[in-house]
Amino acid sequence: MVASGLSGGELVTPRPQPAPVPGSAADRPRRHTGPTPRTEAEVWAVLRQIPDPEIPVISITDLGIVRSVTLTGRVARVTITPTYSGCPATGAISLAIELALADAGLRPVLETQIDPPWTTDWLSAEGRAKLRRYGIAPPHAAGPDACPRCSSPNIRRVSQFGSTPCKSAWQCDACLEPFDYFKCH
Amino acid sequence: MSDLVTYLTRLGDNTLVLGHRLSEWCGRGPALEEDIALANTALDLIGQTQMWLGYAAEAEAKGRTADDLAMGRDVWDFRNLLLLEQPNGDFGRTIMRSFLFDHWHLLMLRGLTQVSDARMAGIAAKAVKEVAYHADRSAELVVGLGDGTEESHRRMQDALDRLWPYVGEMFIGDEVDAATAAEFGAPVPDMLRAPWDDAVLPILAQATLTVPDGAFAHQGGKTGARHTEHLGHMLTTMQWLHRAYPGANW
Repeated sequence: MVASGLSGGELVTPRPQPAPVPGSAADRPRRHTGPTPRTEAEVWAVLRQIPDPEIPVISITDLGIVRSVTLTGRVARVTITPTYSGCPATGAISLAIELALADAGLRPVLETQIDPPWTTDWLSAEGRAKLRRYGIAPPHAAGPDACPRCSSPNIRRVSQFGSTPCKSAWQCDACLEPFDYFKCH
Repeated sequence: MSDLVTYLTRLGDNTLVLGHRLSEWCGRGPALEEDIALANTALDLIGQTQMWLGYAAEAEAKGRTADDLAMGRDVWDFRNLLLLEQPNGDFGRTIMRSFLFDHWHLLMLRGLTQVSDARMAGIAAKAVKEVAYHADRSAELVVGLGDGTEESHRRMQDALDRLWPYVGEMFIGDEVDAATAAEFGAPVPDMLRAPWDDAVLPILAQATLTVPDGAFAHQGGKTGARHTEHLGHMLTTMQWLHRAYPGANW
């Protein structure tokens, strides 16, 4: 970043760059560019590029909330299953889907299906790997298996709830870093 | 009001009133983790409220929405249990109130996952996963605080003594319960008492707390006949923005 001058001519110290977001940059979903999808597989490809608003390295398809897609002409009907009942990200996700599909030249129709209820079993294997790279321990029947940063199994729970409804707060006693665990649900 | 609408309204008002009460802790929790946990639990309950009251509004078919029901009704139209509208008090009393309700709520929702009404069963199946977590957490805290320091034990015993007369209402059925049980196979409140005792009493014993004598039960919340004065005060805060600026949105 280049230092910018104020009107008085004095120089201000440049602000430090924000800390890099952990995880691989290649994990990030990208915006759709290209022709309008003509098949349901192509619609799925667009959805795979929509990031989760809270955990931007995983997409909504990694999260396992897209139940079905049907394409009739330009009308794309997408059924989603929300994660937690009160999760504030649900509204943001619906909006993101509508925008992405409209961007791709489609007319989105969103439907919500709560039954069967969403479960972390629907997280994709790729999604789990991305979570770990991002610093969030992926769901595991017996709780997190290891610290997502240093891989030590020497970990303990700090709180049953974390920064979002889907996570709990843990700490690694080896590297001493706190970390989020994506709860089994 | 049809029995179904009343039944759904009761479920939604329970989660709405407790959800709002818990949200009153936001930014005031005794520790950051507890603050977040209470806010997250409140979110789950408000989310469940949207589903229950959303269904109630549709079943009622008067063109109202879940928001209209939550923000546009006055005290006498609420159908929540009296236990849930009791003020937060200290952290111990808040946790005790949740603990007493969570285990009832869990039994109720487990029963509701089996009803013949697919939408009701679907909402219950979603909510029960969240509530199992609430019940685990409140039980852990009741034991930790009850069997904690002299001070925390005293506060938890005070909380139990104060809230115990509100426990009975959870298990008193009426004609609405009978009708939904007959029509959909919904759980009958009286039948939940024994499994609730089985779940709750050993935890209270582990927490070294003494269950108060007497089976007196305050009533009037789920029928709407006689709410405590606290609900009105709560609603003036909860509904203020919607009433002052109808249709406000962001």
